[in-house]
Formats: sequence, C-alpha cells, structure tokens
Amino acid sequence: MLFRTAGQFKTSYLKDQTLFPVRQDAILLGIILAFAWVIFPLTASEFTFQTLLIPVLVYSLAALGLNILTGYAGQLSLGTGAFMGVGAYACYKMITIFPEMNLLVAVLMSGLFSAFIGVLFGLPSLRIKGFYLAIATLAAQFFLVWLFEKWAWLYNYNASGAIQVPHVEMLGTPVAGPQAASMTQYYFVLVVVTLMTILAINLTRGTQGRIWKATRDMDIAAELIGINLLKSKLTAFAVSSYIVGVSGALFVFLWRGAAEPNLFDIPISFRILFIAIIGGLGSIMGNYMGAILIVALPVVLKTLPETFGIPISSATVEHLNVMVVGALIVFFLIIEPHGLARLWTLIREKFIIWPFPH
Amino acid sequence: MELLNQLFVNPFVDMVAAPDFLLQVLWEGLVSGVLYALIALGFVLIFRSSRIFNFAQGIMVVFAALTLVGLYAMGIPAWISVVLTLGVMLMLAVTIERVVLRPLVGQPDIILFMATIGITLFLIGFGELIFGGENKQMITSELGIPTGAFELNPFGGFLLLEQKDITAVIGAVSLVIGLLLFLNKTRMGRAVRALGDDHQAALSVGISLRTIWVLVWFIAGVIALVTGVVWGARAGVSFALEVIAYKALPVLMLGGLESITGAIIGGLAIGILEKLFEIYWGQPIMGGNTETWFAFVLALIVLLFRPQGLFGEKIIERV
Repeated sequence: MLFRTAGQFKTSYLKDQTLFPVRQDAILLGIILAFAWVIFPLTASEFTFQTLLIPVLVYSLAALGLNILTGYAGQLSLGTGAFMGVGAYACYKMITIFPEMNLLVAVLMSGLFSAFIGVLFGLPSLRIKGFYLAIATLAAQFFLVWLFEKWAWLYNYNASGAIQVPHVEMLGTPVAGPQAASMTQYYFVLVVVTLMTILAINLTRGTQGRIWKATRDMDIAAELIGINLLKSKLTAFAVSSYIVGVSGALFVFLWRGAAEPNLFDIPISFRILFIAIIGGLGSIMGNYMGAILIVALPVVLKTLPETFGIPISSATVEHLNVMVVGALIVFFLIIEPHGLARLWTLIREKFIIWPFPH
Repeated sequence: MELLNQLFVNPFVDMVAAPDFLLQVLWEGLVSGVLYALIALGFVLIFRSSRIFNFAQGIMVVFAALTLVGLYAMGIPAWISVVLTLGVMLMLAVTIERVVLRPLVGQPDIILFMATIGITLFLIGFGELIFGGENKQMITSELGIPTGAFELNPFGGFLLLEQKDITAVIGAVSLVIGLLLFLNKTRMGRAVRALGDDHQAALSVGISLRTIWVLVWFIAGVIALVTGVVWGARAGVSFALEVIAYKALPVLMLGGLESITGAIIGGLAIGILEKLFEIYWGQPIMGGNTETWFAFVLALIVLLFRPQGLFGEKIIERV
C-alpha cells in the first residue's frame, strides 16, 4: 500500500536512472533527513548527542570509507583505525601550526594526508589478494600506531604522548575544544557526513563505481575488458582512505576531544569492519544502519538492566556487552549475510506487493 | 654517513663483540618462533580443511589456558584439569561447528572470517565473565614442567637457557611430529588432507564434512591448549595473550596459508628475525618496541616478490 509503484511512469532513460526511481523512497529519505537535521537536535539531550548521535555519524562515515574499498572495490582492509589516526594527527598538526585555519578546511584537507598514506599501503594490492592483502593492511595498522607513539613531533612533544584538541572557533562560535556545545559539533559533523555521502553515492553509481565493481567481481576479467587495475585499485584506496581520514579527524576533534595512539589500535578497525559488514557490503545506506546498531547496542544493554532494577556491576555489563556483540555478529551473518541493507530491500519489496504474496 | 654506520656496521660489530649475547637473543627468538609456529599451525589446519580464516585461534589459546587455570583453582588435580580442558575444547569445537559454521556453509570467505571474529568477541566476553580479566599464574610446576635454568658458558661468555623454554620447544616439536603422523598415517588424517585438496571430490568419496570440521577445530583447540600452557608459563595467563595471535598472521603470509612446513619455518624465521631486529636495530635507532610491526613489514616485502608466500600453493586464476 505504502510503497505502491503503480502509476509512476518513466518516459526517458534519464528518468529511470535518477537517484529515486520510486517516489516513496525520496519521501522516506526526506523524513529521515528531517529527523537528522531538525527533530533530533531539538529534542536530544547532552548525553544523547555524545553517546548516540555524534558517534553514529562518525562511525558511519568511517564505515562508508571502508565500504568503498571493501564493498565496492573488493579489497579487504583491516587497517581502518590507523588511517583514521593519520587523519586525526594531520588535522591536529594543521590546527596547531596554523591556528587561524578554518576547521572545516582542516578536516577536509586532513583526508588528503591519509589518502596519500592509503595509496602507499595500497600498492601491495596490485600483487597480493584476498586474505594475504588483509594481513598486509595490518602492517599499516601496526606500523602507523607505533609511529604515532614514537614520533614525538606528531603530538607536539607533549609529556602525555596524547593529542589534546585546542579551542577552535568558527564564525565566533566554538566548534572544537572543551567549550564547544554538542549541538554545534553535531551540525558540523552532519554537514561533513552529508557532503561525503553525496560524494560517495554519486561516485559509486557512476563510471568509477562500475570500474570498482568490475574489479571486485573478478579482477582478471576486468583487466581483459580494458580496465586499468592499477588505477582502479589505487583510486579505491585513495578515496576510501580520504573518507576514513576525514572521519578520523571528526572522531577526535568533534567527539573525543583527545586521543592517545592506542585509540587507533586494532579494536576500532574491527568495529568499523563490523559496521560495514553488518550494514551490508556494497551499500551506502547499510553503513548508517550498521553504525546505529553497533553504537546503540551497548547503550541499550547498559540501560536495560537498570530499568528492570536488576543489579549488575558495570564490569559484568562490559563483559556481557562484548559477548552479546559477538553473538549478534554471528546471528546477523547467519540470518542475512548481505547485511541489514539487504534486509531492508527484502522488506521494501514485500511492501511494494502487499497485500499480495507475489 | 653516521646513519649508514648505525644501520649497516654497528649492529654487526655488536654481534661479533658479544657472541654469547647474540646466542641468547637467538635462543629467545627461537622460543617465541616456536610459539608463533604453533599458533600458525592451528590457522593452517583449519584453513586447509575448510578455507576458513580462523581469527579465533588466538583467543582459543587464552580460553584454553584460562579454563585450565580456572579448573585447577576449583581444586581439581592438575592433570585431570588438563583432560577436562580438552573436553571443554571438544565441546567448543562441536558448538562452533553446529551453531556457526553449518548455517554458513557456502558463504563467501569474508563472511566466515567475520563470523570467526564474532566468535572471538564472544569468547573474550564469556571468558572475562567467568574467569575475570586479571592476570593469572600458569600452573607450571603442578604440571611437572621444570622451572630451573641451565647456565652455559660459550665463548667464555654467559648463556641462560630456562628449562621451561626447553620444555616448550620439546613439547612443540613432539606435538608437530604427532600431528604430522596423524595427518599422514591415519584414516582420519588422510580425510583431513583430502578435504584440503578438493572439497567436492572428498565429499563424493564419502568423507563427512561435519565430522572432519569438528575434528579439525578440536585439533586446533589442542594446539591452543599447548600454546596456552607454554606461553602462559612465560608471561602469565591473561587476555594480553591475544596479541600473539596477531603475530601468527605474518607467519601465515610468509609461509603460505596452506602449508604446514611454511607455518613452522615461517614461525621460526619471524621469531628469530624480529628479536634480532629489535635488539640490534630497533632499540638503538628507532626507540624500541619494533616487534609490533616488524613481522608484518617483513612479510609484506616477501609477499611483493612471492604473492603466495614462501611455501604456499601456486595461485592459478581462471576467468
């Protein structure tokens, strides 16, 4: 009923290739965007901003970057955390060297550094494939985190070895640092995430996206039909690392406020991989669904026993949390290996033909 | 010039100047290499028989060691605890096969890989819930492992060989020999290898996939227990042990994902080389702690020249 497509005629190819061939999709997206841009910020508390809204956006951006590499170009990477780190440290250095710099520009530029490093570590992908490549990206993960620790110039020779976000103002309002309001930070992140999403959607459905998909599906066949694998794989690494780097800068500047090198260690790489896979590889929307699940789950698990009045120590909750996340990953992989995005596609198809079974 | 000197001359001068220290470093490297090889062996067995890249091998080491220590703390005699732990590992293998692997048969490799990461997280949470997160003492002497040390004096210097390290090496070697005998001489072992060579063909001659998978995961559990005991004797039992699982990954790259020989040789090579690099290059020049990444970078460089690893099967691709 709700999703009835009858009567929506397309009279040209151009119309058939638009972003929303079905009108209801556009309406649904409009509602979601209205929530993200207006209703959530108006109603959310400080706690919701810091534990749900901003993390979901930052993580889904990182997952979006990984998804371009793994889901669209088929190159498995386990080094996402380190590339986020490159973005964060690049942004930190730029802001401390040029305090007058606009934060938005700094964030968008810090992605360039991680794109460069990403291409560097992507070079082996031309010879190594599959799991070998996945382990090779771990080289980036461990080496870069080690570098963050040992290269004192990166953290301005702080005694603590951590980076501390300085006070940054844009148009007279503080956006980063201890004085920034959560709502400003949320809007800042939202603007960047929206920009990146539009970029990613249009990249992946255009020529470049098709080249990546051909590389993913079978790289030798892709080479035979005239695709330059060197270019295809390296652009995937560059674009992916760029988005991941930007998300890393947001992660530290607009959310955490400070970062130690081990923040970018392997657990965060895995968390982002979970988000991308549970959300659905090769899907843009899936990243958001995956991020909502992974971010909200611990919060729900923490508040659930409290509301029922069951006394559980916080350590137990922490352990239960890890356990449940592990079990859920297996569970979701079993019920739908293609992720939540695929689950939504199936539900949507059911909606379109409802109330008939076929 | 100074840097070149530091890179290419000084380390070797140091080596020649103190040969007894060099031997000590080599010995330490060898012992950790043996452990890397053991973990890599667990990976290789599972990968050969099911094409699953089992990320949970590292946490199985921790889990086995924790179960052993936990059972002993409940007042059960040491050797009975070992038998019970083996029982737990068997149960784990059956559960994983039944709950996780069977519904996922035929899915892409990356999905199965993610599933093993899910298993890893589950086991971490479960283990911490039951046994607690703090570091525990491995029951070394209760298991009859000698704890003394031999002192040798080669080149008029001083070399310390700890008896538990020697036990570890002997234990690992006998485990590997036993495993090779099992794989080559018994019916079940041949079935495992057949499955590794060709899934379809193995199924068509009546080899049961499910039995073999349980068996392989159980063997991986046994290897995990042995690794857990010997590594736990060196460093205590805690979830920090999990990092050695990451060390097994470059070993796999170096040796090839399918090769048992590769796992052993790769493990030993990485164990020794990373120790040498850390002592003679890492600490004086780079500020130390290079062991976290050296193995990966080494494996990466090797892979650039041999994409299938040193002993892996030649990759043949068809369109």
